[in-house]
Amino acid sequence: MARAECARGKVLIVFVAWRELRFARGRFLLIGAVVALITLLVGFLSGLTGGLAAQNISSVLHLPGDRLVLQQPQSSAPSYATSSLDPDTVRAWEHADGVTSVTRVGIVQSRASADGTDDPTGVALFGLPPDASGTGSGPLVDLTPAHDNEVGLSAGAAEDLGVEVGDTISITGTDFTVASIGGDLWYSHTPVAVMSLDAWSAAGKRVGGTGEATVLAVTGDADWAAIGSETGTVAQTRLSSLTALEAFRSEIGSLGLMIAMLFGISGLVIGAFFTVWTMQRAGDIAVLKALGATTGSLIRDSLGQALIVLAAGISVGLAAVLGLGMLAGRALPFIVSPLTTLAPAAVMAVLGLAGAAFALRSVTKADPLTALGSNR
Amino acid sequence: MIELQDVTLTFPDGQNRITAVDHVTLRGDNGTVTGITGPSGSGKSSILAVAATLIRPDSGGVLIGNDTDTVDAAQLSRTAATTLRRERIGIVFQQSNLLPALTVREQLQVMARLGGAAVRNRRVKIDARVGELLDAVGLTEHADKHPHQLSGGQRQRVAIARGLVHDPEVLLVDEPTSALDQERGAEIMQLIARLTHERGTATLLVTHDLIHRDALDALVAVVDGRITTSVAALPATTRRVRQRGREMVCCCG
Repeated sequence: MARAECARGKVLIVFVAWRELRFARGRFLLIGAVVALITLLVGFLSGLTGGLAAQNISSVLHLPGDRLVLQQPQSSAPSYATSSLDPDTVRAWEHADGVTSVTRVGIVQSRASADGTDDPTGVALFGLPPDASGTGSGPLVDLTPAHDNEVGLSAGAAEDLGVEVGDTISITGTDFTVASIGGDLWYSHTPVAVMSLDAWSAAGKRVGGTGEATVLAVTGDADWAAIGSETGTVAQTRLSSLTALEAFRSEIGSLGLMIAMLFGISGLVIGAFFTVWTMQRAGDIAVLKALGATTGSLIRDSLGQALIVLAAGISVGLAAVLGLGMLAGRALPFIVSPLTTLAPAAVMAVLGLAGAAFALRSVTKADPLTALGSNR
Repeated sequence: MIELQDVTLTFPDGQNRITAVDHVTLRGDNGTVTGITGPSGSGKSSILAVAATLIRPDSGGVLIGNDTDTVDAAQLSRTAATTLRRERIGIVFQQSNLLPALTVREQLQVMARLGGAAVRNRRVKIDARVGELLDAVGLTEHADKHPHQLSGGQRQRVAIARGLVHDPEVLLVDEPTSALDQERGAEIMQLIARLTHERGTATLLVTHDLIHRDALDALVAVVDGRITTSVAALPATTRRVRQRGREMVCCCG
C-alpha cells in the first residue's frame, strides 16, 4: 500500500517539468529536433557501418572451425591477403596435440565472367575441400561443390554475373559449372565463389600465387599459442582474425571514430542545453525549495524533463533511420537491425541523461534563501 | 503561533562576524498580523529568513505550533526544516516569485507536488482548497492565466493564495507592497489581514512602508538587528480605518 502511494507520488514529479515543456515548446522543439537529427546521423552511420562490415567479413564469419590459423609474418601483423601455409605447416597442425580437425581453406581475389561475355566481375575465390561440410554447416560450407569443375556462387556473385544454376562461368581461363547459388556472402567488398580446394589451388597459381592454403580452420582444445609459435602461425577466433582484413580494419576504424564523435557531440549538446536551461531556472528552483520542495523531487523533475525530450527526439530520429534505411538498403550496403538502431538509440539516451545530469549541480546547489529579497 | 526566543544570527565578514539579528524575541499569535519594520539593512528580512527556517540562527529558538504540538524550528535538520516549510509554513515573497510556466491554478496546485511522504493525501487536500483560495483572493476568473498575463497586484494575490493553500499555521510575508502603488498596496495588506483573521494564521509581515500600518495587529521596529519598539495594539482610530479598508476589499472582491 505504502509502495503504491509512493509510486503515485512519483508520477507527479514532472508536474512543473511537463508544464515548462508546454510553455517553452519552441525551445524544447528545437533541442528535440537536434536530438532527432543526431539520432538520425548516428543510426544512419551505424547502419552503413554494419552494411560495409558485412560486405567485408560475412564469408570469414562463416568459415568452419573453432579457430582460424594464419601465417604470422616476422615483422608485421597477420594478413588474409598475404598468408600462405606450406604443407609442413599444415601437417604440423594436423598432428598437434588437442587438434581434432584441420580444414584447409584458400582465399584469393580474382575475376570471373559468364560464358559468352567479355565483362568480368570481381569475385573472391574460396577453396574448400569437398568434405568441409563434415566440419560444420553454414552458407559458405553449403556452397562447396562436389567436383573440381563446379563452383558455388553467393547470391551477389550470381546476380553480378547474371547466371543461374547449370550455367557456365569462366575463372582465370577455366570453365566451371554453377552447381549452387545462395547466401549473402562477401569478402573485402567482393561476392564469393566457392570451388574445390584442388581447383582453387590451380586457379591460385594462375593468378600468381603458390596455390597453397592461406587459412586453416582448426577445431579442438589445444594450446593455440604454443602450436602457433612452433609453426610460425597464429590461431585466432573468427572475430579476432577480422583485424587481419586490411579493408575492414581501416573502414571500421574511421566509421567507428565518426560514430564515437557523434555520441560525444550529442552528450555535449544535450548537456549544454540542460545546463543553460537549468541555470536560467535556478531562481524558480530556489523558490520551490523555499516553499518546501525536496531536492530529490526537483532532481527527478529535471531528469524527467530531459528524458521526455530525449525520448521524443530519439523516437523521431529512429523512425527516420528506419524509413531511410528501408529506402537506402536497396542502393547502399545498409543493415537495419537492433544493433544498428536500438543500441545507438539506447546509447544516445544514456549519454543525453548523463549530459543532463551535469546540470543537476544547479538544482542541488540552488539556495532557497535567495528567494527572499528583491534580487529576482 | 510563532515565537522567536532570544534569536541571534551572525554572518562572516572578513576576519570578523557581523550581527544581523541580535537577541530578538518576538511572538506572533494565531489570527494576528505582526509587522516588522525598520530601515534597509536593519535585519528584518534576516528575522524572516530565520522564522522561515531558510537559515539557522547562531542561538535562540523558533517555536512554531500550538499548545499541544510545538517544534523548535531552529533545531531541525535541513530535511526536517524543508518538511516544516512544506506543511506548516506559508511564505509570500517580496516579488511574487510565481513560476512563469504555470497557470494561476497550477501555482497553487504545485504546493501539493513538492515531494516528500504522503504526497497523495496532501494533493487531495490541497487541490480541494485551490478553488476556495482563488475565490478568496478574487482571482477565480483568472485561474487559467499565466503570470505574464496578470498585473502586479494580481500576481501578489496569487502568491498570497499559494502561501495559504496548504493551510499553514504560520504565514511569513516579505514586503508584499514594495512593487505596488499605494492603492494596490493597501488592498494587498487588507487581504492579508482578512485572510489571517479568517484562518487563524500567525502572520509575520516585514514592511518598511508604515502607510499600511492600520492593517497590522502589532508592530515591532528593528534597528541594527535589535527590536527597539513594540506596539501590541493599534489606536482605536486606526482600527476603524482598517475595518473600513477590509469592507472595501470585501465589496470589491
